[in-house]
Amino acid sequence: MTLTEIVDIQKIRADFPVLDQEINGKKLVYFDNAATTQKPIAVINALKHYYEFDNANIHRGIHTLAERATRDFEATREAVRKFLGAASTEEIIFTSGTTNGINLVASTYGRKFIKEGDEIIISGLEHHSNIVPWQMLCEEKGITLKVIPVNDRGELDMEVYDQLLSEKVKLVSVNHVSNALGTINPIKEIIAKAHAVGAVVMIDGAQATSHLDIDVQDLDADFYAFSAHKLYGPTGVGALYGKKALLEAMPPYMGGGEMIKEVTFEKTTYNELPYKFEAGTPNIADVVALKAALEYMDSIGRDKIAAHEDMLLQYATEQLLQIEGLRMIGEAKNKVSVASFVIEGIHPQDIGVLLDNLGVAVRTGHHCTQPLMKRFNILGTTRASFAVYNTIEEVDRLIAGLHRVKKMLA
Amino acid sequence: MTINEIQDEIIEEFALFDDWADKYEYIIDMGKKLKGLPEDQKTEDNIIKGCQSRVWLNAHKDGENLVFEADSEAVIVKGLVSMLIRVLSGHSPKEIAESELYFIDQIGMSQHLAQTRSNGLVSMVKQMKNYAIAYQLV
Repeated sequence: MTLTEIVDIQKIRADFPVLDQEINGKKLVYFDNAATTQKPIAVINALKHYYEFDNANIHRGIHTLAERATRDFEATREAVRKFLGAASTEEIIFTSGTTNGINLVASTYGRKFIKEGDEIIISGLEHHSNIVPWQMLCEEKGITLKVIPVNDRGELDMEVYDQLLSEKVKLVSVNHVSNALGTINPIKEIIAKAHAVGAVVMIDGAQATSHLDIDVQDLDADFYAFSAHKLYGPTGVGALYGKKALLEAMPPYMGGGEMIKEVTFEKTTYNELPYKFEAGTPNIADVVALKAALEYMDSIGRDKIAAHEDMLLQYATEQLLQIEGLRMIGEAKNKVSVASFVIEGIHPQDIGVLLDNLGVAVRTGHHCTQPLMKRFNILGTTRASFAVYNTIEEVDRLIAGLHRVKKMLA
Repeated sequence: MTINEIQDEIIEEFALFDDWADKYEYIIDMGKKLKGLPEDQKTEDNIIKGCQSRVWLNAHKDGENLVFEADSEAVIVKGLVSMLIRVLSGHSPKEIAESELYFIDQIGMSQHLAQTRSNGLVSMVKQMKNYAIAYQLV
């Protein structure tokens, strides 16, 4: 299998201006894609175009610019609806990102519908942003938090999940894909089982949307949150999908402009969906540019992106395992293009610092998953995560870099 | 030697390196040579938490001077810690409190002090000065 068979890699790389630079005199290799992906020129141009020609506040202006800005803002909502497979644009709420989406659900659905003595289930694979909002809610309301454990391969222990489920469980919140290990969780099964005991399910999709096809209706997810910046889009924007009936039953998250129908000092009535959850002037420019990111992924083909990334992961895993003393953390059968590893006797931070000097950007540390690191009894890992613009030659640079690092630290 | 004389000495040593790797190998070597702290002194009281690696710092008075001992689990940080100790340890609290650390910038390692969340170095420098200020008051 060669690269050109899957995607036109040179053409794709040319779409990402940031890749064309040197770090410490060496061509940049960017392998920190699970933290954030780089942006194609189409996204950069969409932002530039918006500010150069269309900038206006949306929804209430009657002038031409306001109409254009509103049209483009709402066009992204439709693009996100399609992207997630949602039934209606009323179910798509723009947020500042995944963390914001999870907090919204915890603060509104959680506060209203989950009571003392109830239980919430999360998993041992969660990012802090899918742990802390639930802990805060649990502390406030006297709810019990239960955790699905992780096996040695970095997969969720589904037998224990079955045991944790009961009528007491009102909500399950898990990630679709683990940010630290790349594990793809069986969320369709998790959702069906939660529904069987009457619990709703929140999916943290931050790490999934750039790699997998999402269909919230097929998954039967109640809530699904993602961030634009992890799928080649701008920072500071994301979306929360919620089933219409649930969103309608939920109180608003923040009060302000946009989310109201009528305000008097005696009583305010709230706007309809999705605006009820979008108080204040939103991040219009970045929402507009998110559409360009989704279109960019479609222009390559999401199946091709996934196939290319899989090929890189296979190759990288094979090469990494040949390094003496290296141990992969996270060897799930189903995983996205994330290679997390430790090298015996070497602190991940030292690896990261030296690789940076070799022009290779990786992530080191606990990846905001301290409980997961504790589970594997490690301080942290070195994580290389691959995107559509990465190449086999870049993986070779990582491997050569690791040999050099080992020698320097020996 | 004064604090500044030691800083200048380190800057001179680093001027010999024309390659980033030589520089880092020297720091790694210093990290390995630093005695560090026995396990029972790596306590919660002595810890300076960074996002990626932990640093432990101990201070005690030796006559009029303040002596620092420190350790880190990452060897590059430990090497940088070793240089901070070389520069600041064994001076009077007043000298330490009033010192201005310019050698880190001059040897091209300032990025390690800028990444506030990734290691405990910034907090360590602050903590060393806090010790000095506290001992001045004693």
